[in-house]
Amino acid sequence: MSGVVSALSRVGLWGRGVVIAMPYLWLLLFFLVPFLIVFGISFSESIVAQPPYAPLLAWLRDEDAGTTKLQILLNLTNYLRLTGDDLYILAYLNSVKIALVTTLLCLLIGYPMAYAIARAEPARRGPLMMLVILPFWTSFLIRIYAWIGILKGNGVISNLLESLGLTSGPVEILYSDWAVYIGMTYCYLPFMVLPLYSTLEKLDPTLLEAAADLGCRPFKSFLTVTLPLSLPGIIAGSLLVFIPAVGEFVTPELLGGPDTLMIGRVLWNEFFSNRDWPVASGVAIALLLLLVVPIMYFQHVQGREEGGR
Amino acid sequence: MKRGGFLSWALWFGYAFLYVPIALLVTYSFNESRLVTVWSGFSTKWYAELLTNEPLLEATALSLQVAAVSATLSVILGTCAGMAMARFGRFRGRTLFGGMITAPLVMPEVITGLSLLLLFVAMEQVVGWPDGRGVTTITIAHTTFTLAYVAVVIQSRLAGMDGSLEEAAMDLGARPAKVFFVITLPIIAPALVAGWLLAFTLSLDDVVIASFVSGPGSTTLPMMIFSSVKFGISPQINALATLMILVVATGIFIASVVMARQDRQRKRDEQMAIQGG
Repeated sequence: MSGVVSALSRVGLWGRGVVIAMPYLWLLLFFLVPFLIVFGISFSESIVAQPPYAPLLAWLRDEDAGTTKLQILLNLTNYLRLTGDDLYILAYLNSVKIALVTTLLCLLIGYPMAYAIARAEPARRGPLMMLVILPFWTSFLIRIYAWIGILKGNGVISNLLESLGLTSGPVEILYSDWAVYIGMTYCYLPFMVLPLYSTLEKLDPTLLEAAADLGCRPFKSFLTVTLPLSLPGIIAGSLLVFIPAVGEFVTPELLGGPDTLMIGRVLWNEFFSNRDWPVASGVAIALLLLLVVPIMYFQHVQGREEGGR
Repeated sequence: MKRGGFLSWALWFGYAFLYVPIALLVTYSFNESRLVTVWSGFSTKWYAELLTNEPLLEATALSLQVAAVSATLSVILGTCAGMAMARFGRFRGRTLFGGMITAPLVMPEVITGLSLLLLFVAMEQVVGWPDGRGVTTITIAHTTFTLAYVAVVIQSRLAGMDGSLEEAAMDLGARPAKVFFVITLPIIAPALVAGWLLAFTLSLDDVVIASFVSGPGSTTLPMMIFSSVKFGISPQINALATLMILVVATGIFIASVVMARQDRQRKRDEQMAIQGG
């Protein structure tokens, strides 16, 4: 081992370049370049071939003049289709709506949880947080699957309501927007609680004592002291839930009804069912445009947090 | 005390929301009846059936292999990325690099999957590699999206770590690579383990990206679960889910015990160093 170490020590400054270059090149090739390709193919035409899109670039050879010209074909029909068809616009708006409701539900359930954990005795905070994160380690798919048995007609909730005499006959919650809200809130809840907890934990309790000494009621001091100070956590948590939720595919596919349109689902169907790669690329670009502002904002928030450390 | 009452209710509600579905899932895996939600007696027959399901076992083996290889690759690349971000100060292209590390954390999977597939197809046309799609392409795709998580875990560990030890070693004449392997690496080892486990679980969990970049004959376990869940629920899936939860719980338990022991050992060493000095 020490032989390896001393051999590596000789690498010196050159090693620093390698350390940066390895992940840098990897991410350039497998993260950035693919986006440029998606962008390019979104201007292509769907054809029956392998792969099923027309090339954008073509070398045209003019035999008489002996010259070669590069032809670039860009067609906007994919984008015209996206803006002209109600299906895409509805999916777009519906994705935003579902993501917003999910974010709000996560906030409503997650905020009191994070607050309660941050106010617990220091020794208990770690285990309590562990309990929030633990489900995240079990499969996402399995957790969505668990809800199918609960929400379906003759499922757990339906049977419970029936045995309590509240309903007669089975209640079907599955395959509706509400099932999607429940499933997504369930899966994204830890992402909301984590940043909320880390800001609430840092909050100085003497501020609340001071407010109470000055005669402020608990609820008012919560609104005027705690809530504004925990805003960075609320923003970070909301972005962590909202951004992936907009492009969610698995949950609406398994829990939603056929009319639960979401943009991730539309992209999937264009690609796998219609085999229309250019339109699927166009949908991806449209989704990215929708998310570019929240993603940039998220990076800004992340960067600021890093700088503050 | 009214507010304290509300808070503890909210906490209990939250935990119930998180754990009741999993508990129900596990319970019904021991149900005798094929009707998943009607209890008719205790049975382990679904587990026995699971063990004879040949395609499922193959898919499990494939998924474990992909997860292990991609987690290892992403820990190596992620450690480099975390070091670059936390220790190297400014370098050319740092902003772009930082962006490429944080963006995959929130990137919708459908976009990552589609873009990687189009890259693989284009690469095959231009350089003839990868030849078709399968285990290799899934592994590359999983390394790419888990790399970001590992980098963030390691970067935050490095940022929270006391830099004076590294400085002391450097002052004593150790070269950067030696400092890294002798000082930094042992200290951030728990973060490496956590990052590896995180990458492994994320890879084992992914259905969307794998569906885009897999080829014929390379069906991963999540892809298989996904397609069978679409046709409704079956007790066999419950049994499989229970086993997966059991494996994850055991893994986390062992990891946390080992880390707690290391932590105690470290504290004891520090104590002795102080007393000895």
